Amino acid sequence: MARPDCILGGIMNLEKVIFGFFILLAATLNFGFFIGDIARAELHSVYELAAALFVSLIATALKFGDRTQIGAIHLSTSLVADLQLIAAAVTWGIAEHVTGVGMTAHVTSSVVSLSGGALFANIVSVIILIVETVMLRR
Amino acid sequence: MRAPIIVLIVIYAISVVGLTLVPGVDAEGRMTAPLSFFHAFYFISYTATTIGFGEIPAAFSDAQRLWVTVCIYLTVVGWSYSVVTLIALLQDKGFQNTLTANRFTRRVRQIKQDFYLICGCGETGSLIARTFDQIGQAFVVIERDELRVEELDLLDFKTDTPAFAADARQPDNLQLAGLMHPKCRGVLAITNDEQANLAIAIAVRLLNPDIPVIARAEQGSIAANMASFGTDFIINPYERFADRLALAVSSPERFRLIELLTSLPESPIPETLRPPRGHWILCGYGRFGHAVAERLRGTGITLTIIDPSAPDANREIAGDGTEASTLRQAGIEHATGIVAGSRNDINNLSVAITASEIKPDLFVVARQNHAANSALFTAFDADFTVLPSRIIAQECIAILTAPLLARFLDHVSQLAESHCEQLVKRLQEASGGLTPVIWDIRLNAAEAPATWQALMHDRKIRLGEILTDGADRDSRLPAVPLLIERGRDYVLLPADDFRLEAGDQLLFASALSTQRKLELTLKNANELDYVLSGQENSGSLLGKLLKAKSQH
Repeated sequence: MARPDCILGGIMNLEKVIFGFFILLAATLNFGFFIGDIARAELHSVYELAAALFVSLIATALKFGDRTQIGAIHLSTSLVADLQLIAAAVTWGIAEHVTGVGMTAHVTSSVVSLSGGALFANIVSVIILIVETVMLRR
Repeated sequence: MRAPIIVLIVIYAISVVGLTLVPGVDAEGRMTAPLSFFHAFYFISYTATTIGFGEIPAAFSDAQRLWVTVCIYLTVVGWSYSVVTLIALLQDKGFQNTLTANRFTRRVRQIKQDFYLICGCGETGSLIARTFDQIGQAFVVIERDELRVEELDLLDFKTDTPAFAADARQPDNLQLAGLMHPKCRGVLAITNDEQANLAIAIAVRLLNPDIPVIARAEQGSIAANMASFGTDFIINPYERFADRLALAVSSPERFRLIELLTSLPESPIPETLRPPRGHWILCGYGRFGHAVAERLRGTGITLTIIDPSAPDANREIAGDGTEASTLRQAGIEHATGIVAGSRNDINNLSVAITASEIKPDLFVVARQNHAANSALFTAFDADFTVLPSRIIAQECIAILTAPLLARFLDHVSQLAESHCEQLVKRLQEASGGLTPVIWDIRLNAAEAPATWQALMHDRKIRLGEILTDGADRDSRLPAVPLLIERGRDYVLLPADDFRLEAGDQLLFASALSTQRKLELTLKNANELDYVLSGQENSGSLLGKLLKAKSQH
């Protein structure tokens, strides 16, 4: 009788699955937010930004306490993504509520470009994930 | 710690996003746009942490109130879960041990003075620790029993002493405790467990062969094992005591001198003992009994041995000596001394009390196994109380504080009894009612820079001159110079006109305060100048100029 995790041809590392899922989800959500004309506010949904931020935070928390070398690099890249996304969200909030200028082309483009930076960090994370998987010989 | 963080993030996400979707209401009851992310996050932040400002951006609609109710329960559960997990982590034994070990390692690494590593802080270890603290010697303690370590933290030590609860048999723990530390001067393996002492001695021999090990061993086989790989000092308290007892019988004055020199510094002077020759009774024939019997027979004393379990004891006598009939059978009427030397403190006391009731002028030696019974033994006041932990502590202190003392004790055997008696008197006068501190100092650049420099400049200094009191030149410091080592030669009890040379090592016996004064004289150039010439000289440039002027 085959164990359920043997169906995929070996023992799956559940932790790796979950982490891979969150890293990739953070990248895809962020990509969804980032794509579109950088200066037009109506092309960038605030909910997508929020989702990208929350998922990215979870991905970071998943790497807390990981003592491997790769784990440390993962932690640093996702911390960068968090920082960028938080900066984008704060910029948005300040424009809407504090200064009251609203989502002008200037504000929108700075929010989107901040998220673009985060997207780059997300992509690095994904690449590391892929490299790690390829190097795995089991 | 990962799970609660993720739970919190998820709960916040659900609550905030939910709040940005539920429509609000204005004063006239018309539907308005939901809260923005900023307002929603603000609201959830103060609600989730149960801070609960009364301030809401605008009065909520019923739909919003419904959602906020859900949020409150969600977030309170999330935070409680996180806090409980955090507290559990802080109380986790493994986590705490890691913290303590880290703190201990850091403290050991930061030690700047020379220190000794004490393995095992039972009765012996505590005595040594207290003495070290008194004479200002740094030390590190490693002890298996956590409770003992906690007690040690509560003791009122002058110095900051790192203590660590760990098994000293494991080399890793010894290394944590500073075995490889450049300032580690020696290791004392004095746990109650002989095998542990053996393990420590081997570990030190292999990991840091340059430093000495002092190990306690009561079994002959263990002692032989330790000696086989070059353990520097092996202390067997029973044999050490038996030697002393035999010495006290054969040459009481020399015994008294040795006892004065090797007792714990600055403690009350031990009473004079005169164990009589003749016939003795020995109760308890274990390792202690064997050691005592062998040594006492060497002095010509005849023995009757009482021990119900030992095969080579006198089989005709029944019982263990706690009953009067047994003692009478053993011939207590014509005995001059008795040794109550079993492993059981209460039996020993019983033997001692019964014996002294039958024959009040009997010389009683009582063996005390546990320091906790001190009150009983003090109340009984035997002529000679044997406390193994104290013997080991004395021996360790004597070996460590003044390496030259061992040389001196070697030479003591050549001294005549009358000479010993004289010396004992001098020592007692010098140290003022307490036992003296035995200390040594080498006249080199590191230990006595001022004297060394003066000697290197061809200044002629006699031993008597440096013994002048730096505060009052007319009086003499009450210190007894015991021995001077010069190269391979030893000068026993040097006279006052002895010419000092650079590189000499001096062994003194004095009170602790006198030691401090004399060390100051030898180290401080101004002080030395004053002591030698009687002239006050601050050593400053101005002082030198003024002096030069007055001489012209």
